[in-house]
Amino acid sequence: MGITQEQLQALKDRARRMRIDILKALSGCGSGHTGGSLSAADMVAALYFYKMKYDPKKPDWKGRDNFILSKGHAAPLLYTVLAHAGFFDPAELCTLRRLGSRLQGHPDSKHLPGVEISTGSLGQGLSVANGLALAHRLDKAPNRVYAVLGDGELQEGQVWEAAMTAAHYKLDNLCALIDNNGLQIDGPVAKVMGVEPITDKWRSFGWEVFDIDGHDMGQIVAALDKADAVKGKPTAIVCRTVKGKGVSLFEGKVEYHGAAPSKEELAVAMKELDEAVCK
Amino acid sequence: MTLNVATRDAYGDALVNLGKKRNDVVVLDADLSGSTKTSKFAKAFPERFFNIGIAEQDMMGTAAGLAVGGKLPFASTFAVFATGRAWEQIRQSICYPNLNVKIVASHAGVTVGEDGGSHQSVEDIAVMRVLPHMTVIVPADGVETTQAIEAVAEHKGPCYVRTGRNKVPTLFGPDYAFKIGKAHVFHEGKDAAIIAAGIMTAEALKARDILKAEGIDAGVINMSTIKPLDTGAVLEAARRCGAIVTAEEHSIIGGLGGAVAEALSESAPAPLVRVGIKDVFGSSGDCDGLMKHYGLSAGDIAAAVREVIKKKKR
Ligand SMILES: Cc1ncc(C[n+]2csc(CCOP(=O)(O)OP(=O)(O)O)c2C)c(N)n1
Ligand SMILES: [Mg+2]
Repeated sequence: MGITQEQLQALKDRARRMRIDILKALSGCGSGHTGGSLSAADMVAALYFYKMKYDPKKPDWKGRDNFILSKGHAAPLLYTVLAHAGFFDPAELCTLRRLGSRLQGHPDSKHLPGVEISTGSLGQGLSVANGLALAHRLDKAPNRVYAVLGDGELQEGQVWEAAMTAAHYKLDNLCALIDNNGLQIDGPVAKVMGVEPITDKWRSFGWEVFDIDGHDMGQIVAALDKADAVKGKPTAIVCRTVKGKGVSLFEGKVEYHGAAPSKEELAVAMKELDEAVCK
Repeated sequence: MTLNVATRDAYGDALVNLGKKRNDVVVLDADLSGSTKTSKFAKAFPERFFNIGIAEQDMMGTAAGLAVGGKLPFASTFAVFATGRAWEQIRQSICYPNLNVKIVASHAGVTVGEDGGSHQSVEDIAVMRVLPHMTVIVPADGVETTQAIEAVAEHKGPCYVRTGRNKVPTLFGPDYAFKIGKAHVFHEGKDAAIIAAGIMTAEALKARDILKAEGIDAGVINMSTIKPLDTGAVLEAARRCGAIVTAEEHSIIGGLGGAVAEALSESAPAPLVRVGIKDVFGSSGDCDGLMKHYGLSAGDIAAAVREVIKKKKR
């Protein structure tokens, strides 16, 4: 617990370098989900480089914490963080979405060690997270389970079925992070099918809820630490984010939900992310 | 063959035309209207379009309610979510009460491409076909899609229409008349008959050309209605050619191949080879690469025809 200024700075820089690799992989492939990979990059960097226990050389290590990317379309983010964490050679990132690649369009756990469960069909990850959390409890093991969900994804009824289950079974070894970027595919979440008030919903379902700026590394780290201490109920961290965060070309633009950067856009993005170093 | 229009685009346009003709037509989508092309209807008739959000089960139930209320609902999303996620809602709230709901799902099959196996529906035909009252249609091109949408609007009862993501060649001329439950015979053939649906009909026609050069006369039948199956056309082809190949961008279990196998084995046993996805999930890749990888190309159909002819001679 607790984090030094240098560690915080290192985490921020990790997220910045992850964004660079995410965009390179997407651009090389020519298709894939840019916006939602960038919006969740900070929280996922904090999980893998501050909070979670794992051994990249032994992906099946019993003592590991579990990460579930329920919004599976952000696969480029998951692959990038796994590569950065040492699960596989970052050079493999350029095989994204190609025939025969382990880096499928949506995460496939039967091919890529480090991916806990295949996802891609929205709304199913939290149920699996509950199952893992129950298994750890049966084993009297201290492992924790983290799941990242999209805000549009909250429209799936199964999410709320799982929300009930987690509270009913008092899964305090479970933490859900909501990437509240305000956008889905057909437009703003509020316009397509409103999900607000998100924090009140989770709270009324019996969860501990923290509402934070999902791009403020200090707030992310603090909320993850606080979640560790919550007893008798699961925690939801509602992260206010910007879709496409880190590159002004993509920020807040619904068109970049499922579009990869062109070569020209990549060059602009690289410049912006390189210059962000000194900030 | 030049690529003209994606069947999903033809659907989008057909919906708009239908909306102009009938004001009981309502359209529902689950956050994929730009992809399924219901966005065209949404633009033309915003008050008759309902985006239900990422909630396919809720969408099917809402469609059922609209049908009970006297509307003609068309519900669309990707095939895998429409028929998979919401299967029991379709069973209980649409098919069991035999409601007039049209489910038109896009991005079916492996030609979805890079999104990969989680998004590639290779079992939708099977799980829709098994439902009582359900009509199942897999159009081969834009012309047939347009006519199929008009036909299902006239038909009373639940219908499933499967559309694709990519542009496909136009196979039918303006004189074509689609009828639910009626196969279209492109070529009668003599040595074997290929029964195909969807994008595989174009591949079957190419396979016929490959085989012709070898002196093999393969028939080509477009079986766009998988249910009710045109059993008469299947049996006639079996009697005429003595061997059948089915070709579909779907699992060889339970889809067109399954339906044809059922018809043949009951009434006119003949050797059959099924071209399709061989009991595996899809995966990421480019379309052409995936077609070859899963054995769906014209060359694969031609090989299946050679194989089935050998079985005949045994
Ligand atoms: C069950 C299901 N329905 C539809 C889709 C298609 N889809 C992929 S991403 C997406 C929008 C997701 O929005 P959100 O959860 O807000 O994700 P983010 O903004 O973080 O990308 C949709 C509808 C899907 N993957 N799964
Ligand atoms: Mg979102």
